[in-house]
Amino acid sequence: MKNPEGEHAEIDLLLETIYQRYGYDFRSYARASIERRIRLFLSNTGYPSVAEIILRIVDDQEFTFHLIHYFSIAVTEMFRDPLVYRAVREKVVPLLRTWPHCKIWHAGCATGEEVYSLAIVLKEEGIYNRATIYATDFNNEALDRACEGIYEMGKLQEATRNYQQAGGKGSFSEYYYARYKAAVMDSSLKERVVFSSHNLASDSAFGEMHLIFCRNVLIYFNRDLQHRALGLFTDSLVHGGFLCLGTKEDLHFTDFRDQYEVVDNKARIYKKKNWP
Amino acid sequence: MRTKETTEPSWPVFHEIVVMGGSAGGFKVFSAILSALPLDFSLPILVVQHLIPGDDGLFYRHLASTIRLPVIEPCDKQWIKHGHVYVAPANYHILVEQNGTIALSVDDKINWSRPSIDVLFESAAQAFGEQVIAVLLSGANADGAAGMLKIKEAGGLTIALDPATAEYPVMPQAAIDSGAADEVLSAEEIGLRLVKLGSYKI
Repeated sequence: MKNPEGEHAEIDLLLETIYQRYGYDFRSYARASIERRIRLFLSNTGYPSVAEIILRIVDDQEFTFHLIHYFSIAVTEMFRDPLVYRAVREKVVPLLRTWPHCKIWHAGCATGEEVYSLAIVLKEEGIYNRATIYATDFNNEALDRACEGIYEMGKLQEATRNYQQAGGKGSFSEYYYARYKAAVMDSSLKERVVFSSHNLASDSAFGEMHLIFCRNVLIYFNRDLQHRALGLFTDSLVHGGFLCLGTKEDLHFTDFRDQYEVVDNKARIYKKKNWP
Repeated sequence: MRTKETTEPSWPVFHEIVVMGGSAGGFKVFSAILSALPLDFSLPILVVQHLIPGDDGLFYRHLASTIRLPVIEPCDKQWIKHGHVYVAPANYHILVEQNGTIALSVDDKINWSRPSIDVLFESAAQAFGEQVIAVLLSGANADGAAGMLKIKEAGGLTIALDPATAEYPVMPQAAIDSGAADEVLSAEEIGLRLVKLGSYKI
């Protein structure tokens, strides 16, 4: 096995090359995870070392996109962490009601499962029609799938269980229809959704949001990039707006803790203070 | 009992971190080993025990109530402190970064598991190399064996629970069969060995 020091240096060079040549910036991603994905790529493609793939990246775009695909694999599920959706219903929705219109940014929505979950909650709470959900991701392939809203039937069983635990008020089967072995999400669930490409590493803020959902995205960033993303969220939120992070992403460990109050610690729901 | 004593260099390797993994039958062994450690144990310990999703901290609370060392279910990017035990939360992989922080991920399951022992062990090999002590306990699958081999190749110290004493021997046996285990010990011996290794420092 190669000594880790040498490999760390090669990986720096690899990420720098991808950035310089193609503009995709993975230099500020959490290192342990990105190294694991590079090792996975090496073992699946049979390349002996990182140095070898750097040479190919320089002039092989298709190859590079194949590698980038490994960096952007996102795993998500409907109503992941049901307690979060329950908390949104009980502690966030009542305040969203007080605004005549509510704008929601779902940052890093990946293949969209949680976008539909949120749409269902808003629908059942009667505020869907005055909401707009901006669902964004930097991975256009994932975004296309999110927009299609077609999921494996097998996954819907767990989704149904999660939906019930999340305080679902109806029957989950009302929200999709079966086609062959797939579940197609009801098209009304995307009427109020705008899917668009946005990169938290390089793009700027969205305006005047009442709720920002960004779950299990920041864990893939290093502290600098995390700081950048949280800065975008803070700039984008109205005073009193909500920020919902992944259940293991604690705002307390960041420089932004003083700008928010905790709404629900377990669900990691925070509220931007009026006077920071 | 087989040990690494004869092959150890004459100068001591200062270990920085202990990583441990277990699955079926691991619950009890973890308590037995970790409750043997004194309050002044000097190394941090990262633990992966296979859990059912929605475990909601059952294993973590059990450990916290049975051992002396502080037990933590960490958040992402939390600093790793000496003498603390960090338990991987259900439905997250746990990794270590070179800068001494915890990294969590929701990547695909590895060996049908999230958290996966291989993911933790491989990241430890990558970040801390020869300074890692890896311990693999009871389980009905081979998760952890590949990661343990990486740690051994990086010069770390690897210990497998003696399969004859394991409730589910498949996991430690897989590590032994692949040549990943430096030492094969009973739970009691692992506890004593860790106490000794963890008192090198300070």
